[in-house]
Amino acid sequence: MNKLFVLGLLTILFVSCTGKAKKDGEVLETTEKEEVALETDENSDVKFPVYDFDGLEPMLHKEDGKTYIINFWATWCQPCIEEMPYFEKVYAEQKDNNVEVILVNLDMPNMWKTRLEPYVEKKGIQSTVVILDDPKQNDWIPKVSEEWGGGIPATLVYNKDKRSFYERSFTYDELTEELDKFIKNNSL
Amino acid sequence: MKKTKIFIGTALMLLFVASFAMGVKAADEHNDIEEGYGIGDVATDFSLKNVDGTMVSLSDFDNAKGFLVIFTCNTCPYAQAYEDRIIALDAKYKPQGVPVVAIMPNNPSAKPGDSFAKMKERAKEKGFTFPYLFDEGQKIYPQYGATRTPHVFLLQKTAKGNVVKYIGAIDDNYQDASQVDEKYVENAVDAMLAGKEINPETTKAIGCGIR
Repeated sequence: MNKLFVLGLLTILFVSCTGKAKKDGEVLETTEKEEVALETDENSDVKFPVYDFDGLEPMLHKEDGKTYIINFWATWCQPCIEEMPYFEKVYAEQKDNNVEVILVNLDMPNMWKTRLEPYVEKKGIQSTVVILDDPKQNDWIPKVSEEWGGGIPATLVYNKDKRSFYERSFTYDELTEELDKFIKNNSL
Repeated sequence: MKKTKIFIGTALMLLFVASFAMGVKAADEHNDIEEGYGIGDVATDFSLKNVDGTMVSLSDFDNAKGFLVIFTCNTCPYAQAYEDRIIALDAKYKPQGVPVVAIMPNNPSAKPGDSFAKMKERAKEKGFTFPYLFDEGQKIYPQYGATRTPHVFLLQKTAKGNVVKYIGAIDDNYQDASQVDEKYVENAVDAMLAGKEINPETTKAIGCGIR
């Protein structure tokens, strides 16, 4: 009688255990799904602000007495990488002279963690880096400048009085020469 | 009355300044870059080496009604993002008489990944169904005015030659083919084949500058 009782108890225990095990399995499955979801969203902790064009646009129209150099670039764009040191040098020299340099990155989302972050870290980039993630390029390219065909590097220099757009690369001398036109204008 | 006069005066002055500014801009552009083709221009034919070793010209396609001349390359992430869509365009429009003719415009000494050997590899890997031509010496792309990859020129075969009907991007979402709202090239080819107006005739996109 006792034996039968123990056996029954064991059976109940066993069944409930397998039941629980099954439940655990389900829980595990959901967690796995969540993890997968997190993986596809691995850019959530990317170190730079990500904007669509509406989010970026105010940075192209500030009227605060500063001169802004807005450079459109990508890590896969060789001439962009070649001219990057000149933008950094100009920023280092002019940041106390009311000049801001904003590097608007156009890398694809799958490159933000793998290429963009390592590049900025390795080069110790000091200028402000933001990401523009907006596939509707035909809508926003003309809003940056009607002159822009879509090639990069491309650079916008502006302050409250003056605005110029360049679909080309810069050397250090060329960049400072262009910037001088803005800074001199500014002090007048 | 006085107000009206002032208004007209201001308007005239604005017009004058605007036309002057536009004139200056046009002159600048003329000096700075090669013009390339606009809509309605007759595009040049060419004889370029295909990845299969043959020479290919537009005049080889006797039954074509037009062409999708697409400047593209191996190395550009945008070009890569569009490879499958270019293959799909060829599958859809070659039977309708508008085949894809792809041209690789980069100089391989500047971009080793775009060498002729690598072009052959890429075409084989991806199973290109269309000619993939090497613009050796970079003579053709400047005449078209291609500036980036991928850059599409839709041509219509007419009595006076191959007339440019559309210039620009393939569609409005390079990242995700399933998120495309406007299929610019398909709309343009469909309109051309139906004898309808193409709208838009030009679009802009970020691409890899041709080197």
